Amino acid sequence: MTTAPPRTGTALTIRGLRRTFGSAVALDGLDLDVAPGELLALLGPSGCGKTTALRVLAGFERPDAGEVLLDGEDIVPVPANRRDTGMVFQSYSLFPHLSAADNVAFGMKMRKVPAPRRRARAAELMELVGLPEHGDRFPHQLSGGQQQRVALARALALQPRLLLLDEPLSALDAKVRVQLREEIRRLQLELGITTVFVTHDQEEALSMADKVAVMKGGRLEQCAAPAELYDRPATAFVASFVGTMNRVPGKPTSDGLAEVLGVRLPVDGPATGSVFLLRPEALEVTEGGPDTVTSSSFHGASTRLTVRLADGTEVKADLPSHAAGSFGAGASVTVRPQRRPVLAAGEAA
Amino acid sequence: MARLTYPLRPWRGAVLLIAGIYFLVPLLASLVFTVDVPGQGLTLESYTQIFSADGFTAALLRSVGLALCTVALALLLTLPAALAVRLSGSGRLRAVLEVVCTLPLVVPPVALVAGLGTVLKWGPDHLATTPLYQTFVAIQNPSFPLVLVFAYVVMALPFVYRSLDAGLRAVDVRTLVEAARDLGASWPRALFAVVLPNLRTALLNASFLALALVLGEFTVASLLGFQPFAVWIVQASGDNAQLSVAVSLLSLLLTWGLLLVVTGLARTRGTRGARKSRKKEAV
Repeated sequence: MTTAPPRTGTALTIRGLRRTFGSAVALDGLDLDVAPGELLALLGPSGCGKTTALRVLAGFERPDAGEVLLDGEDIVPVPANRRDTGMVFQSYSLFPHLSAADNVAFGMKMRKVPAPRRRARAAELMELVGLPEHGDRFPHQLSGGQQQRVALARALALQPRLLLLDEPLSALDAKVRVQLREEIRRLQLELGITTVFVTHDQEEALSMADKVAVMKGGRLEQCAAPAELYDRPATAFVASFVGTMNRVPGKPTSDGLAEVLGVRLPVDGPATGSVFLLRPEALEVTEGGPDTVTSSSFHGASTRLTVRLADGTEVKADLPSHAAGSFGAGASVTVRPQRRPVLAAGEAA
Repeated sequence: MARLTYPLRPWRGAVLLIAGIYFLVPLLASLVFTVDVPGQGLTLESYTQIFSADGFTAALLRSVGLALCTVALALLLTLPAALAVRLSGSGRLRAVLEVVCTLPLVVPPVALVAGLGTVLKWGPDHLATTPLYQTFVAIQNPSFPLVLVFAYVVMALPFVYRSLDAGLRAVDVRTLVEAARDLGASWPRALFAVVLPNLRTALLNASFLALALVLGEFTVASLLGFQPFAVWIVQASGDNAQLSVAVSLLSLLLTWGLLLVVTGLARTRGTRGARKSRKKEAV
């Protein structure tokens, strides 16, 4: 990418996007803002509308209502082939009859870039994605990970204003997946290209994105930086979808605090209801007491204990593995929350 | 490759031998019959007679022309329909198309030609005063009976559709089109630059089947009173046994050669593409 000056990135704004398929509502008034050069992950369970949103951005679906603004200009009326977006698909989408380099050069061919320049640029991009020697291979001669790299190079070839990734890693092995997602992120930062990444894998979303937008039923639940999403989920759905969350009974006290597991804790937001949310790592476990360990699973540095509280509630607690060694299944323990703000579960869910 | 390491089982050889005898002995017998004329010894006279016989070239060219027209029309009908159904993603439409395209298998050619013949007789009487009358005359032009193409397209439909469908199953047309559109290709370009090249084998298979069907078709042409190659053979050889066998052998060779050309077309194109890009990144 030495030939082109780094782009400053494009701002993407989505306003009131609606799309229905018959009686099914895929997008129910979606609003989103993506700053120039930012990587936004669209996260949600299947059927939440995240893929439809991406397809609207690419121009493969027409929204019933709403607008998609690229640097303030509405691109909804623009057909897909004039949109200036680069997309990497979930399934392997390389053209089977073309070599890797020809695949990468396809967009330039459509733009009538002269052949020598196409060739040079394709070679450059193949190098960028770490496959300089694979230009003359055909898709069926490449592994899944290599195919997705080529697909990424192909999507970047025209220096699109917007990079769209539709679960590009979901068909790959766990190890390749982690490696490739780091590489995608590195490239994205290097090129400063505004990117929307659709995934149902929360770990993927949290580890790659500048901002994560959690969707449910065609609507945005919360859009925030990964750490904020994890620490201060706006809704119970976000709390349970992102990471593991314990639902623990407690009661609000008159001074605006909440008494949870016998400890008075500050509450994030209004202290209403009788159920509070606690992350597994926010629980402390000490020897002896009314609670019983039902199982423990070793995760390397940490160990996750499942504990049945005296009132029958099951909670999960993460301890450093060296501290968890003495708590086998059946051990009597006491579970206490750390002194950190908790979240009320609210009425929903 | 693993298959090569199997021990050669004796029954395989036996099957091959029996099949070989079954197919080759009649051919050889025919060949001997045509060249070994009693009282004259070995002679190629039957074959030289064919080429000088009345109407040989005309009938042959007519058949090839009909075959090419049939292939073109059948593909023109089925390909857009099959693609549209795939791209729409509608399972119901696909089922409808499949049933429609398979239906001709159920209708025997004799029934088809009976219906067709009735219409051809009835039509001109009723349409004598309209311009359609000329259409009826034109499609029955004996030197190139277009009406046969229509009948053959119907008969070839199941085979053409099946092979196209098999080809479409092997590629994810929708994703390929979307990928091409995302890279700036208009609809027609996406179709010609991405979809058709990946359906090449399927298209050739479809053409191959339609070609073979038309070149060997006798019933419909004969009953409608036209004279493509297959019908000509029967008529030309009625009185001369040796001549008729010689013509059959020749037509067999001809069809076989044509099909070889079609298969060869698939292969050379494929390897040429591969070689080109192996030599240099053919961007």
